[in-house]
Amino acid sequence: MNIVLLLRLTLKSMWNRRFTSSLTLLSICISVFLLLSVETLRKEAKEGFSNTITGTDLLVGARSGSVQLLLYSVFRIGNASNNISWDSYQEISAHPAVKWSIPISLGDSHRGFRVMGTSSDYFAHYHYADNHALNFTHGQQFEGVYDAVIGATIANELGYKIGQEITLAHGIVDTHFARHDDKPFTIVGVLAPTGTPVDRTIHVSLKGIEALHVDWQSGVQARQKISAQEALKMDLQPKQITAFMLGLSSKMEIFRIQRAINKYKREPLQAVLPGVALGELWQLVGVAEIALLIVAVLVLLTSFIGLLTVILTSLSERRREIAILRALGARPTQIFVLLTSESILFSILGATLGWLLFLIVLVLGQDVFQAWGLHMSAFSFNVAQATLILGIIVVSALLGCIPGYQAYKHSLSDGMTIKL
Amino acid sequence: MSEITSLLALENLRFRWPDDQRDTLTIPKLELAKGARVFLKGQSGSGKTTLLSLLAGINTPTSGRIIVLGEELNALTASKRDQFRADHIGFIFQLFNLIPYLSVIENVTLACKFSSRRNKRAIQKSGSLKAEALRLLTLLQLEDVVINKRAVAELSVGQQQRVAAARALIGAPDLIIADEPTSALDTKTREHFLKLLVQECDQSGSSILFVSHDGALEKHFDRVIYLEDINALDTQPKLGVKQ
Repeated sequence: MNIVLLLRLTLKSMWNRRFTSSLTLLSICISVFLLLSVETLRKEAKEGFSNTITGTDLLVGARSGSVQLLLYSVFRIGNASNNISWDSYQEISAHPAVKWSIPISLGDSHRGFRVMGTSSDYFAHYHYADNHALNFTHGQQFEGVYDAVIGATIANELGYKIGQEITLAHGIVDTHFARHDDKPFTIVGVLAPTGTPVDRTIHVSLKGIEALHVDWQSGVQARQKISAQEALKMDLQPKQITAFMLGLSSKMEIFRIQRAINKYKREPLQAVLPGVALGELWQLVGVAEIALLIVAVLVLLTSFIGLLTVILTSLSERRREIAILRALGARPTQIFVLLTSESILFSILGATLGWLLFLIVLVLGQDVFQAWGLHMSAFSFNVAQATLILGIIVVSALLGCIPGYQAYKHSLSDGMTIKL
Repeated sequence: MSEITSLLALENLRFRWPDDQRDTLTIPKLELAKGARVFLKGQSGSGKTTLLSLLAGINTPTSGRIIVLGEELNALTASKRDQFRADHIGFIFQLFNLIPYLSVIENVTLACKFSSRRNKRAIQKSGSLKAEALRLLTLLQLEDVVINKRAVAELSVGQQQRVAAARALIGAPDLIIADEPTSALDTKTREHFLKLLVQECDQSGSSILFVSHDGALEKHFDRVIYLEDINALDTQPKLGVKQ
């Protein structure tokens, strides 16, 4: 007996019930779409997260926790518990095993975006994702004391351009009393989007940070103000910084240098491996990701149960149809195939539609994803997605065996009677 | 090979539904010749439908032998019995014979999809399945239904039963089994339906086993069997014993 006839019967039967059929299809389609989206977003988020900083061997800051150090130095969230003296930084970065170092000085902000004092080494050595260096879409890195380089998000959101002057504020909260309005900065460079906190950072030189604070004491500006021009003539060598990043000449040195920094005598310091700290942080953030996945799986499960309900309900209506087919010579196994093929068809169609919807959203949403810093390539049909879709089809085929088996049993027990 | 002359033979047939306390059927002996027009009469609940299930090979007897058209059904495997039914038996139910999502023509030709034997015969007769279905439907006075492409659900019960008859007849199976096909019809339509059915069975040389509790239809048949007479449920109390 040919499977073609059974498939034709199934399709015609589904078409006959096209209203319920299309609703069932829609629910499978949407849940497959949801699952694919959540799965992709999850992966992208995790990847983007661990791609925030690459190529840096050690993060060094005042002794606190590794996650906290990562949060303020890389993600610009929260504050350091303490600063590091400039001398310690000089001594450690002069170590023969240290290839490069990037000083970081935090504490100021501009309209909610963090200001970071650093050196030109930052533009040379700070890498993200697949060892990408920072690129400029406009201008170049800072040279003068009052030069600033802004991230892509800031340029977009605040509409800033090269040559524009901005006023920085002391601390994270921008209040009128804490503005460094006597020493405006000029934007000299705009960085390309990275999908990392760099996009939301204003970069200035360490000297710039120092100049801002020459006339500040304990968080307030002194009565006797020092003008921007006067400040330039002063010694702008920083006395302390917030943290620094180290690149070592060999990966073999990482643990030796880490131990040396952790045991540093002159002040309490800690050195952490960015990858390890990122992992720790992800364990905290990752719970949300798993919750999201569970919800998506539950939605899929719900639509499977919906599918099963629809088929099982139709089964009681189709009992007489089954008796007719049996009378015409259909075997119980064919009845089984007839009913099971319906749920398989539903899931193949539903999964395909859901996947198409996913692709369409991916293509149409590229601009939005870019703006969020998510790099979701539209046509990278990966193995995980294929496995997911295949898994969905297999599960629904297995579920389809339930009504299939019911019909099989009916066809054996009903005999020639038509049960209504 | 000798021509098979026996339509069916039952020997010491016993049947009991699983989980039932009592036998439904106990038939020591029954023989019917090929080409016979048989009227099987019985009260409702007397086991008529059960007997039909056994003859069609959907159920197997608890003990005893069933020989239909020379084939011992109880000796065949389940799938061979299904194939046997597809090839040799046309079935008409009491009601709801048609599959709602198929057209009238598709409903008729469906019988040939399960049997290459009936498929071949139908094509031999009219050149194509559709033509043969059309021929039978025309004979059963349903040509306007086909021309107007009426949906199955729109047909009257009488029309539905005639479509079912066309499906049972297509491919000229050896035996037509009709299980109270006229019980939902009014007297006039009933006579009309029966006349057409018997006429077509004669034409195609099919035997017919017609089951009903309505004695008024007996006159169309050349043999009448009362199920209560052949069903020897002697150890059990009988309800409504015939005098």
